[in-house]
Amino acid sequence: MLQAIEIQKIIEAQLKCHFIKVSGDDGTHFDAVIVSDVFKGQTMIKQHQQVYLALGSMMQNEIHALSIKTYTPDEWSQINK
Amino acid sequence: MTTNARIKKLIDDNEVLLFMKGNPTFPQCGFSSLACQALGALDTSFETIDVLQDPEIREGIKVFSNWPTIPQLYIRGEFIGGADIIRELYESGELAKKISKE
Repeated sequence: MLQAIEIQKIIEAQLKCHFIKVSGDDGTHFDAVIVSDVFKGQTMIKQHQQVYLALGSMMQNEIHALSIKTYTPDEWSQINK
Repeated sequence: MTTNARIKKLIDDNEVLLFMKGNPTFPQCGFSSLACQALGALDTSFETIDVLQDPEIREGIKVFSNWPTIPQLYIRGEFIGGADIIRELYESGELAKKISKE
């Protein structure tokens, strides 16, 4: 069964993350929170596309559902104040 | 007509268009359901395409938008995003603005 940590490692390997947390324990539905400098100045579409790009064909196969939240480090520190 | 041309025409012909699994009455996936709820809560009419009824559109729209998942929302030709983005824009009020802007 696909583990959340595996998805997290794959994203981390492709995308320099300030913070990342992938959760979900049913093997097909996952939630990802990703904070990265890379997202600065990008539209939400572009941000999510980069996460999808990191996961490649997994999005078509193993991962049935992935909910994504992306933040820049600045946005992230605002939220966690 | 090629799949790409069909998709292009659908997007051109419909101001607010949601590619989804199932239909607003019987959505076949939680994310599609959520997208419908967000649009339904706004004072707007919208068209939907059930990709489960059309395998060519189902695969074609992923390439067309460079987006691997369904649902996908288009407003006046502009790709808005998938379920997570639709929800965020709905909650921030941006979705209503995008729809009402002439």
